[in-house]
Amino acid sequence: MYDMSALYEAKSVQDAVRLRLEHPEAQIIAGGTDVLVQMREGKRAGKSLISIQKVNEMRGISIDEEENIRIGSLTTFTHITNDPIIQQYINVLGEAVDMVGGPQIRNAGTIGGNTCNGVTSADSASTLHAWEAIVEITGKNGVRRIPIKEFYIKAGTVDLRVEDGEIQTAILIPKASYENTWGHYIKYAMRNAMDIATLGTSVNARLSADKKTFERVRIAFGVAGPVPMRALNAEAFINGKDVTLENIEAFGRAVLQDINPRDSWRASKAFRQHIAAESAKRCLIESVKLAGGEL
Amino acid sequence: MAEVGKRKPRVDAYDKATGRTKYYEDLMPREALFARIKHSEIAHGMVKSIDTSAAEAIEGVVKVLTCFDVPNIPFPTAGHPWSMEQSHQDVADRLLLNRHVRYYGDDVAVVIAENEVAAVQGVRALKVEYEEFPFVLDVQKAMEDGAPQIHNAYPNNILKHTSLSRGNYEEAIKEPGLIRVEGWYETPSVQHCHIENHGCYAYEENGRIVVVASTQIPHIVRRVVGQALGRPWGEIRIVKPYIGGGFGNKQDALYEPLCAYCSTQVGGRCVRLDCSREETFVSNRLRHAIRYHIISWLRPDGTFAARKLECFSNQGAYSSHGHSIVAKGLGAFPQQYQCANVVGDAYTVFTNRPVAGAMRGYGIPQAMFANESHIDDCAKAVGMDPLAFRHKNLMEVGYEDPFSKNVNYFDSYNQCLAKGKEYIDYDRKIAEYAKETGPIRHGIGVAAFWYNTAVYPIALETSSNRMQLNLDGTVTMQCGETEIGQGADTVFAQMAADVLGLASYRDVNVVSCQDTDITPTGLGAYASRQTYVAGFSIRQTGLLLKEKILKRACDLTRQAPYNIDIVDGNIVRITDGKKLMTLSELAMTAQYDPVNSEHITAEETYTIRNNAYSFGCTFAEVEVDIPMCKVTLTNIVNVHDCGTLINPALAEAQVHGGMSMAIGYGLSEQLLFDEKTGKPLNNNLLDYKLSTFMDHPHLEAQFVENPEPTSAFGTKSLGEPPACSGAPAIRNAIYNATGVAINENPITPHVLFKYFTQEGLIEE
Repeated sequence: MYDMSALYEAKSVQDAVRLRLEHPEAQIIAGGTDVLVQMREGKRAGKSLISIQKVNEMRGISIDEEENIRIGSLTTFTHITNDPIIQQYINVLGEAVDMVGGPQIRNAGTIGGNTCNGVTSADSASTLHAWEAIVEITGKNGVRRIPIKEFYIKAGTVDLRVEDGEIQTAILIPKASYENTWGHYIKYAMRNAMDIATLGTSVNARLSADKKTFERVRIAFGVAGPVPMRALNAEAFINGKDVTLENIEAFGRAVLQDINPRDSWRASKAFRQHIAAESAKRCLIESVKLAGGEL
Repeated sequence: MAEVGKRKPRVDAYDKATGRTKYYEDLMPREALFARIKHSEIAHGMVKSIDTSAAEAIEGVVKVLTCFDVPNIPFPTAGHPWSMEQSHQDVADRLLLNRHVRYYGDDVAVVIAENEVAAVQGVRALKVEYEEFPFVLDVQKAMEDGAPQIHNAYPNNILKHTSLSRGNYEEAIKEPGLIRVEGWYETPSVQHCHIENHGCYAYEENGRIVVVASTQIPHIVRRVVGQALGRPWGEIRIVKPYIGGGFGNKQDALYEPLCAYCSTQVGGRCVRLDCSREETFVSNRLRHAIRYHIISWLRPDGTFAARKLECFSNQGAYSSHGHSIVAKGLGAFPQQYQCANVVGDAYTVFTNRPVAGAMRGYGIPQAMFANESHIDDCAKAVGMDPLAFRHKNLMEVGYEDPFSKNVNYFDSYNQCLAKGKEYIDYDRKIAEYAKETGPIRHGIGVAAFWYNTAVYPIALETSSNRMQLNLDGTVTMQCGETEIGQGADTVFAQMAADVLGLASYRDVNVVSCQDTDITPTGLGAYASRQTYVAGFSIRQTGLLLKEKILKRACDLTRQAPYNIDIVDGNIVRITDGKKLMTLSELAMTAQYDPVNSEHITAEETYTIRNNAYSFGCTFAEVEVDIPMCKVTLTNIVNVHDCGTLINPALAEAQVHGGMSMAIGYGLSEQLLFDEKTGKPLNNNLLDYKLSTFMDHPHLEAQFVENPEPTSAFGTKSLGEPPACSGAPAIRNAIYNATGVAINENPITPHVLFKYFTQEGLIEE
């Protein structure tokens, strides 16, 4: 039995925007795998909810007219992992979200919920940052699109304007981002299922035609700071360099200039830094292999 | 022997698999009120006041009870048999609700409401004012002079201190040429994590109190509820339906007394009290965290000249099972390995942590982590293979323990070790892995364990049983021993079928539910005693029932008693094998005899005055990714000698479950506390890293079957032993792989990071 004061069900995106304007205090609920847990813990006890569960137009994966990969915000993790478009162009995203919780959670949890929570440990978030995803937001003034880096304001807070009735409706991966690019994700956790990441590392690489040079390497971490973050110094170091193990090892060490993990009872800063460097190295080695490079 | 020894499906398998089995929540009356507990938010202090007005104003709140309302009757909670000697009785240090709160999560008030939301809101609305005291979480700091005093009757917070001495330690260590090996070993607080959280409901009926509870020990809980409420024990009725596991947590009176009290305060209405998972971690029971200090004096030939053990057991805030846990490990120490000169000390100490009680293994998983880790350290010190060292030093065949009178009748240790060695391909792999360098290493570890069966001679062992012959020739049986998910009912049916000569164990209807108004008295499920102790009363009662059946059969068939028997549910003349009548015909004829009607029943009690050793070992194989500070358990085998297997399939399942528990104990599980506040940090199944399916390799269970001579069916303990040797085997495998000896569990990536950095295996 949950302590909720009311439940409003949206039938469409426009309906959801209207409900949000009418009930600005209400919490949006999609899969419910976080909201209901928090409600049970008392954190959102007594709140009213706006369910967007029945807004089918927000569900599914397609390639839009601009050749972006378009992932509706209500698309579940299981769906993403099994989707042919994801498997063809950005397999690492399907692999990353396949590490969320357990099968039941992945059948219910959505990528929209995973990002709107604004938590640094979300398994989709580091990959979406590393692939420079675009967040589509719909409100009373229509649609706006912002880079995912800007969507995250601070821990637990994302750029959704309640006063404009905004909800997140899709996540887009531009063609320039996914074309000729291969990536790998390492979820470092304390057990092999039913866990949140101690550190999430997502790396992708585009190699030169001869596979000898790093044309573009991007890396993002979860739990290396209060929100998911890119390691731009490390990227700047490796881009344009030869594909060698030596360079990759230096790239791993370089991420320590970028990240700022904290000491907590869950893990020490020193431990997270150590794992970040090792994970960055291993992710890039794997990305090179996927891209057809040799080491 | 038709049914014993066979792989039979559980008698409750179909209902459990289809979700029909009824647990306490399935039986709950719909109108039950909800009781929810207000837990203290400080680790130590005194409740000065509780403002209940806001809670009482919430719609649906029926009653608020606080620590200022409850009777001042201290009671014990441990699921131990009552002792007629006062000095052996459990410490009575609990009240239903506490003004003096002694851990973060102690019970200070309870809100009873018409529905769950109102009860939870009511708890949140209570305003508690405390006077805070200093607190202490560490067991040795709690023993220091000037440490916060947790119970006034126990100076330096020492609940109990016991010692043992064999031979002459001080003289023995003077032998020239001895090698000294010393180590400190640290074990964590862990929780049982049974699937079904503890809960119960209570109501009054005709002036008596009925409590339906998820418990392992209904008859003991009746006594405790009576004590706590100051009511005659006969006025209490406890009903135990099917329960979803206990592992020792429910071998304590948990919230049955408080729930019963709540019902009496709302006019006898039905009140339910269900623990959340978060409460189960903090406000039920834990496994004792025990710190060990071991010194061994070895001769260069790898034998022990003398050994010394100190144990410091973190009891938490209340005594519960108290000193029994650490004392069991202390007692095992001089027995497991041959050494003539041994001294030992064990302290059980109150701290401001949640209460530790019974948990599968009862102090032995802790003791084995320390001692079996230490044994590998010893083997290394004298340059011996750890397996060879164990073969040389483990308890000799024929050893008789002076206290328990247990005898090591067979060569169980060496037989188990040999079997495990073969399965894991020990010699080849040890040689192969020794050559490894590089970041990924492999290793094999072994650990043996010591265990016994039931609680004789420390406490009473008794078992009662009742059987009745049904009119269709089947038998209905009631046991005081409880089914708690382990499969007890199935092996009880198998044993009874064989004693009685029935065609199938399916012809024995075991009444699974214990109801203290009607079930013959038994002590419950603990100490790996169910099969062993129930076996005696099943055999004795079965023989009596059989005697009555055959007496009737003599009258009806005109045959001499020595010429007839029950075979496959029929009265058979054994001289020529002729089937004379079915049991159904006999039962019908007896029941409906117009002159001499008889309802054929039997009831017996057997007092067990034996105990039995139950030994075995674990071999574990690991892959260690040094830079990632990760251990993958790739292979594990447990080998047990638990005597004759009653049901090999259930025995394997029992071992699998224990191995899983040991894997978590070795690698991931630990309840953590905030040093600044004493608050538990990870009391949920996300942050407390119970190992999952995905963290387990194939779990191999193997057996050596030496029939236990004292047993009614050749059997002895298997409930707890599988949880005892896994963690040190994993520790020793990591030692073998990396050369790093880690003397604390769980061996998490954080711990590996610390040790690998210290040892220079990874760069800072």
